[in-house]
Amino acid sequence: MTTSTTRSGATASTKGAPGGRPPAPRRLPPRAAWIVLGVVLAAALLLGLSTGLNIGLLAVGALVLNVVGLYVWARAVEGRRAATDRLVTAVVTSAFVVAMVPLASLLWTVITLGTNRFDLQFFTYSMLGVVGEGGGAYHAITGTLIVTGLAALISVPIGVLAAVYLVEYGRGRLARAITFLVDVMTGIPSIVAGLFAVALFTLAFGPGTRLGIMGAVALSVLMIPVVVRSVEEMLKIVPNELREASYALGVSKWRTIVRVVLRTSVAGIATGITLAIARVIGETAPLLITLGATTGLNLNPFDGRMASLPVFSYYSYTQPGTPPQPGLDRAWAAALVLMLIVMVLSLVARLISRLFSPKIR
Amino acid sequence: MSTSLEPQTPTPATAAASSAKAQPIGDRVFAGLATGAGTLILLVLAGVAAFLLAEGVPALVAPAGDLPGGNGFIAFAWPLLFGTLLAATIALVVATPFAVAVALFISHYAPRRIAQGLGYVMDLLAAIPSLVYGLWGVTVLAPATVPSAQWLADNLGFIPLFAGPASTTGRTMLVAGLVLAVMILPIISAVSREVFLQTPRLHEEAALALGATRWEMIKMAVLPFGRSGIISGAMLGLGRALGETIAVALIISGLGIVTFNIIGNQNSLTIAANIALDFPESSGLAVNALIASGLVLFVVTFLVNAFARYIINRRSEFSGAN
Repeated sequence: MTTSTTRSGATASTKGAPGGRPPAPRRLPPRAAWIVLGVVLAAALLLGLSTGLNIGLLAVGALVLNVVGLYVWARAVEGRRAATDRLVTAVVTSAFVVAMVPLASLLWTVITLGTNRFDLQFFTYSMLGVVGEGGGAYHAITGTLIVTGLAALISVPIGVLAAVYLVEYGRGRLARAITFLVDVMTGIPSIVAGLFAVALFTLAFGPGTRLGIMGAVALSVLMIPVVVRSVEEMLKIVPNELREASYALGVSKWRTIVRVVLRTSVAGIATGITLAIARVIGETAPLLITLGATTGLNLNPFDGRMASLPVFSYYSYTQPGTPPQPGLDRAWAAALVLMLIVMVLSLVARLISRLFSPKIR
Repeated sequence: MSTSLEPQTPTPATAAASSAKAQPIGDRVFAGLATGAGTLILLVLAGVAAFLLAEGVPALVAPAGDLPGGNGFIAFAWPLLFGTLLAATIALVVATPFAVAVALFISHYAPRRIAQGLGYVMDLLAAIPSLVYGLWGVTVLAPATVPSAQWLADNLGFIPLFAGPASTTGRTMLVAGLVLAVMILPIISAVSREVFLQTPRLHEEAALALGATRWEMIKMAVLPFGRSGIISGAMLGLGRALGETIAVALIISGLGIVTFNIIGNQNSLTIAANIALDFPESSGLAVNALIASGLVLFVVTFLVNAFARYIINRRSEFSGAN
């Protein structure tokens, strides 16, 4: 990042000396960026305290002034190229900070509002007969676990086998078509997956059907491509020597795949599956139109409507009842639970891959 | 990146397949299962299109007066498609520059020690359910934008986007677009970062050795190399923004009209949000109309995603870095 290594000791000796080193470029003091930032922030703080301007406006102004100030200073001392470099550094860093603001605000909001009802009752009561305060999301949590579990039960075998096909068997047009379509399927809107399940079950059981299994089918459509993709990646990095060694011992192909290839990559596969579950467990839209909603516990995915955590949160927010506050609190608590589940699953996935993956290199 | 692995590996598959006659029963069963699973995926995708078509066609052929709105399917679906494209465009325009900056920051500017941690954080953020983004948008962001929207309407009202009068609740298309932008930012930046990190080290060092500043190095080595990554990341983000349902449904409770005014009280609605809002209370032909609109959404996102994948695949074949 420092473009010149002849920073010090060159100025005095080189005046007019033929063959001597060129004069060292003048540089801003180290930490110049921090100095400018400090000055600008202090100015903004003073202005804010004295005039009471909007804090958001001040922050934006300070950010712009910081970037411009640094550029002007560097331009005057260091020249155009170095100043542009500093300008871009400041812009990129500011953009990063600005991009983090909504995300930080989101985490803060969910945690502060979600903890209002993050209590034992929330996890042990359903909403059966509850009006106003109290009640909980027990029925929704079990519903989410059942539906997501079923979805995993459908997706994991199909996904893993399809990945095995792509890596170990697939050659030619079919494999290329599957690879391409799996990629495209990753981008299917979740609501379309839900509509697919609705259309499928409408044709089979007539209109207005709402079943737990419908939600599981919809989630599987979203989950399968994620599983295929991650398992495929994992199978590809299994060293070929392992397969060849197994074949050389006369082991049949399917035993090689099951006993050697899958066994070697089991940690990676577990990671991929966990991430896939984390991806679908928070889906609201497909469950909204396939599961419907209930207030009571329903443990049978083949019979009637079922509650789920995201849909519970959605309806608690949009139809909180009167007075609205208990409903809103439940909505935020459910959102917090959902986010915690996703985060924990993601962390568990990372942990699995870090602790159990074979050391390839 | 990973696709390049495949052709190089000597293929045990072909070697084993050549002795097909001697295959034991277990092999044939397992191969059949694997092929079946692969084929099933094709069938599912075909099934998504087929079942949507089967349930959507009644709305397409029904007399115009029977559909919601009473003016035929085009009149029903066009405003929704317009709203979908508008929201996704806002999201893309806002998110892409920030996402590229975030990706560059993590890949080339942040201290090495915290860069990996930041990468993890971005991945975690990409996994946050859209419902949570929606709740945040309607509770925090929407009220916060009211003064700005008022200012835009007062001072920039000559631009059709800010024609006003500004909404007093803040539940506008602009907020929906911004929430979508926040949602797709981690996705775009993850894809871009991935590609930036693959820039050949020698290109970067050559640029620096010739005296380039860091920005000149990025301009000459990283960005040209990563351009297709940015484009495909943006396309994937666009696909997600087009199909996002619940965040939009929470923010806009619109009428499904065509308007470029993104800060007013009356907003366009998106296809996906409209389905989520109307489906639970619909029956009969209205359901068919919603499913048909879902088919439109499916086709649009399919095209966008296929285009993104085409760019990614083309790059991995010709980039020379592999």
